[in-house]
Amino acid sequence: MNTASFQNPNAFESPKPFEPFDDSPLAGVMTTARLLRAYLAEARFECLRMFRVLGFSIPFLVLPAALYLLFGVVLFGDAVRSDPATGKFLFAAFAVFGVMGPGMFGFGATIATEREQGLLTLKRALPAPAGSYLLAKLLMTMLFAFVVMATMIPAALLLGHLPLTFAQCARVTAINVLGSLPFCAIGLFIGTRVSGKAAIAFVNLIYVPMMHVSGLFYPLPKFLRAISPLWPSYHLQQLVFAAMGMTFYGKSAVHLAVLATVTAVLTALSIRRLARIG
Amino acid sequence: MGNEYWAELSGVKKRFGKIVALDGLDLQVRRGELFSVLGPNGAGKSTAVSLMLGLLRPDSGAARLFGKSPLLVEPRRQVGVMMQEVTLAPELRVREHIALVASYYPRPLTHEEAMAITNLSPLAARPYGKLSAGQKRQVQFTMAVCGRPKLLFLDEPSVGLDVRAREAMWAALRQLVRNGSSIVLTTHYLEEAESLSNRVAVLNKGRLIASGTVNEIRALVVRKHISCSTVLAADQIAAWPDVESVTRDQQRLQISTSNSEAVVRRLLAADSNLQELEVRRAGLAEAFTELTQEAA
Repeated sequence: MNTASFQNPNAFESPKPFEPFDDSPLAGVMTTARLLRAYLAEARFECLRMFRVLGFSIPFLVLPAALYLLFGVVLFGDAVRSDPATGKFLFAAFAVFGVMGPGMFGFGATIATEREQGLLTLKRALPAPAGSYLLAKLLMTMLFAFVVMATMIPAALLLGHLPLTFAQCARVTAINVLGSLPFCAIGLFIGTRVSGKAAIAFVNLIYVPMMHVSGLFYPLPKFLRAISPLWPSYHLQQLVFAAMGMTFYGKSAVHLAVLATVTAVLTALSIRRLARIG
Repeated sequence: MGNEYWAELSGVKKRFGKIVALDGLDLQVRRGELFSVLGPNGAGKSTAVSLMLGLLRPDSGAARLFGKSPLLVEPRRQVGVMMQEVTLAPELRVREHIALVASYYPRPLTHEEAMAITNLSPLAARPYGKLSAGQKRQVQFTMAVCGRPKLLFLDEPSVGLDVRAREAMWAALRQLVRNGSSIVLTTHYLEEAESLSNRVAVLNKGRLIASGTVNEIRALVVRKHISCSTVLAADQIAAWPDVESVTRDQQRLQISTSNSEAVVRRLLAADSNLQELEVRRAGLAEAFTELTQEAA
């Protein structure tokens, strides 16, 4: 066996030999720079791959701005022009809607599927840096949220004639990008508990009622208004209102605390489950 | 002391509910060997490998990788893994999958180098989802070797490969072992284990029932096979002492016996024109069947 090689059946070029492995005492030691590169590579390929899944990226990236333009410009353009508060309400509604989807579906459905497909087990067996898999998904969702805002803000300024200052635009973007975290946590919680097929159903079971019962798109009747603070989207929307200088219910600090608590508790429960069961 | 072994299970017990998966198992993987872990379904092979990789924790006993806990990432940075049942992202290209796994290691090959070695370069830009089953295995193999690991865990590596690709993979494994790497192979292809292994462990019901070189395992089965062309009748030979079975395969007789020397002497005495005499020991497959049946 002196021509040891591993040949692709489609390729006939002469193979190169394997290099000997690293036998130094530092063989298992990563420099900080390399460790950082590993985290970045995981995030980069996660983003690349989710942008390439057109069934995921097109609806979640294009739909919020498209729906905002349909309602805020085409259908109710006249009402928005006479009352800018209506325009801001619609903008806030579709901006929050835009960050809910990537977080819940990007985490929930993909983690459930990848768990089933053995990918998480492989990552655990490989020396993937601690938490890189979840961190990559988190960054992917935040990037999606950023792109959603980057499409909605020009649409709102140029076509929706919304009177937003640069500072307000920056604040709304920052709040929405960070505001995707509690939805990631909900998705993660579902994705670590159910199968891939069931995850989509479970995510929808929360996503659809949350959209409507949290008062995202229209003022709720009084009896429903009492339960709207149960949904994270309600709190995020109030923060978006605050960032745009609109009147809002409650206190910003309370809304922030609710969103942070949802994120921390659900993430902790999910990580515990992943560590124990995988 | 654990450090002389690259991977080690000592006195490991593992239960899943009422099922005892491993019952006090001891296994050691040394430097520069291809070690095959064999056993029927449910014997505990996957559990043993999962414990060595830190995917499971033992109920009692200890698992060590390079003398350390396999739950730590440092020893796992010297390990490459190829799993049987894993689906990788179909949207990522071959080179991207390899670059990602290479990024986990301290001093890996570049993805170009890794693909050049495994002759995967022509497929570098192809999305993983568009590859054939065999090509996917080749990508997974490249992922397993791209970190320049000391120790490789390969679970059924040649499933789905055509004959040429499989032989090429075998050659690659032999070269890795010659370079000083060790390989832990779990396979159902006994022919694969027989062809590649320096050492074999046979598990059954969570226990080690035999271990040693392929020849040592084969020698555990005393039965040998004699084959010859003779005019003697099969039923006549079947009545001789120590003869277990006799079958006629066209002109040749196939005799199974636990005392080949005595039977050969008697055959030569009974038929002076006897030709094409061959005596061979039981193969690994036969030894495996016998060992696991005895233990059942």
